[in-house]
Amino acid sequence: MLKLFKNLKELFRYRVLIRTLVSRELKARYRGTVLGFLWSFINPFLLMTIYTVVFGFILNPRDPAFNKNPILYALFLFCGILPWSWFTSSSIESANILMIQGNLIKKVLFPAEVLPVVVVTSNFIHFLFGLPILLAAKTLIVLLVPQAPGFSAYLALLPLVMFVQFVFSLGFGFLISSLTVHFRDIKDILTNLLTFWFFATPIIYPMTFPTIQKSHLFRTFLSLNPMTHIMQGYQNTIYYGTMIPWKRLGVTFLAGCLLLLLGYTVFDRLRDSFPEEV
Amino acid sequence: MNAIEVRNVSRVYQKYSVRHRFQTFKSALLRGDFFKSLQSDELVTALDQVSLKVAQGTTFGVIGENGSGKSTLLKIVAGIAKPTEGTVKVQGKVAALIELGAGFHPEISGRENVFINGIMLGLSKREISQKFEEIVRFAELEEFIDAPVKTYSSGMYMRLGFSIAINVNPDVLLIDEVLAVGDASFVPKCLDRIDDFRRRKKTILFVSHDLPTVEKICDRVAWLKGGRVQALGEPKRVIDRYLQDVADKKEAEFKKRHQDVDLEHIPTEEGRREARWGKREVEIKHVTLKTLRGEARHVFAPEEGMVVEMEVEARERVKDFVFGIGIFNSQGISCYGTNTQQEEYRPRSLEGRGRVVCRIARLNLINGTYYLDVAVHKADGTPYDYHRNLYTFLVSSLHKDVGISRLPHRWRFSPKIRILPARQRR
Repeated sequence: MLKLFKNLKELFRYRVLIRTLVSRELKARYRGTVLGFLWSFINPFLLMTIYTVVFGFILNPRDPAFNKNPILYALFLFCGILPWSWFTSSSIESANILMIQGNLIKKVLFPAEVLPVVVVTSNFIHFLFGLPILLAAKTLIVLLVPQAPGFSAYLALLPLVMFVQFVFSLGFGFLISSLTVHFRDIKDILTNLLTFWFFATPIIYPMTFPTIQKSHLFRTFLSLNPMTHIMQGYQNTIYYGTMIPWKRLGVTFLAGCLLLLLGYTVFDRLRDSFPEEV
Repeated sequence: MNAIEVRNVSRVYQKYSVRHRFQTFKSALLRGDFFKSLQSDELVTALDQVSLKVAQGTTFGVIGENGSGKSTLLKIVAGIAKPTEGTVKVQGKVAALIELGAGFHPEISGRENVFINGIMLGLSKREISQKFEEIVRFAELEEFIDAPVKTYSSGMYMRLGFSIAINVNPDVLLIDEVLAVGDASFVPKCLDRIDDFRRRKKTILFVSHDLPTVEKICDRVAWLKGGRVQALGEPKRVIDRYLQDVADKKEAEFKKRHQDVDLEHIPTEEGRREARWGKREVEIKHVTLKTLRGEARHVFAPEEGMVVEMEVEARERVKDFVFGIGIFNSQGISCYGTNTQQEEYRPRSLEGRGRVVCRIARLNLINGTYYLDVAVHKADGTPYDYHRNLYTFLVSSLHKDVGISRLPHRWRFSPKIRILPARQRR
């Protein structure tokens, strides 16, 4: 444990490097595109539109929370999809990052642990770019749709939720990135896992959905998924304007710390093999 | 004081078997040998108990063939790779020129890459701003610094990388063969910079195949062979031993490839270099190349002499015969040819077996592979036995001169012309 803290302190020492690499990542990502950073909003927006059309208009939302109103459902979807795409893109990029930056690891004295941090951070900043648009959409809907839940002071707890997700994503990123060096097929497994995980998390359906509430099995299963509580954190603070599930989120945070510990330990153990294997 | 101390360093690489290459996560989980499968069964020793000390302010060269462990050593000193055994101590800030511009991002501009690369090499943003002009000027990239790096040529890429690395101003500079890609004007500039480093009493570890440069700039040289230090010490001596070893190896390889020419079965396809013709009233049975001291050899230095020995046999007594030799380079250009007729020897008679020896006192040829013709024919040119390009030898030298022959020469300058002789070691 002591070593982990020492290593985390080490990471702090690289903050200038991390900051520079994150800004490089952000600058490079949409270089040459017409819409630029707007893409970090458009992607989740398109996803949201598809789900709104399919689940909102074609299969009417049966949950009482939405009052059969597809617009409200769309807003609910957006609250989950935006942070979820932060998580997925962090994970998928983490899986590749050591190979992509193989030159750095092989040819330069470079702290490899910086790379997953850069991935998670730059995707976090993308997520932050999308956030004002989500809040603007919420404002618009609150003004136009009378039944829409309004803003509340709980919105101030949003950074807490993000922090939990950050820790969790980072732990997962460390684990995935180091293991992929040895097992390239993790990349393919991961894509499938993330699709499954998406549906196993209350993003396109709320926890209050009758089918879930009636089934003990479903509820237990969803509660075991750390992402459930993180997503509920977003949905509660932004959509419903209610308190975050702080007990469950606290447990999730501890689980995230454990994952970070595990991920970093595995990363550290495999570190010496990176220069040969990437 | 020693700037670099390498003590008993070994580095063992795991050579993954083919089976492992296709090992997948799933199968590792299914068979339950997850961590075991990360271990490998075969090991390759890249460095074997290497110890060396580099005194502060000196330039230390490492030479050796490809795969002798030079780069591994450099990576271990740089801290990129970890030694399996042994310890490495390095005093002061290290900069490694192992691959230039390794951290460049192709999509963003040269300017931004300078900053990012500088930070990766341990500079602060302020330091980079101060040195920015100098970095760009040295790389000769003033016009292109705001263009994305992906539009750079490989030379521009390398120049920018070198310029950043050298401006990190390290105490210890590690250089691995990076100058090989530079063009004719940039390499001397880099060498000047390295010289400047030496004058400022910084330590340099220099890995290169460019032996003349190593000899010029290094104070001490280590020769690695198969991961072991084969020789260590004064550059000239170590390089000579290394060259001797290379020559011996070439010689052995040559022997393997050009074992005694099978004179009975010369391939006769069209376009072949080798050929044999003539009615063989007089036959050349065997040809050997030797040094002046009489050892059979195929690799020669330009300063050395060569002896061509032919064993001949006449089926019947002949009175009209001429012996000749010709040397051709790999482009087929005749470098030298002569025969006994041109030299006005007067043949009288030849019968039974005999031996003809042509002794060349000094080859004076430039680097390269050469082909030898030997022949015996009548005065009017009708061949008895003509061996075309059947014998091969190699001239191997450090000189970089061009042409066909290394003419013995000397330079002299009147006092008004200020010109220095080749750089001497301090």
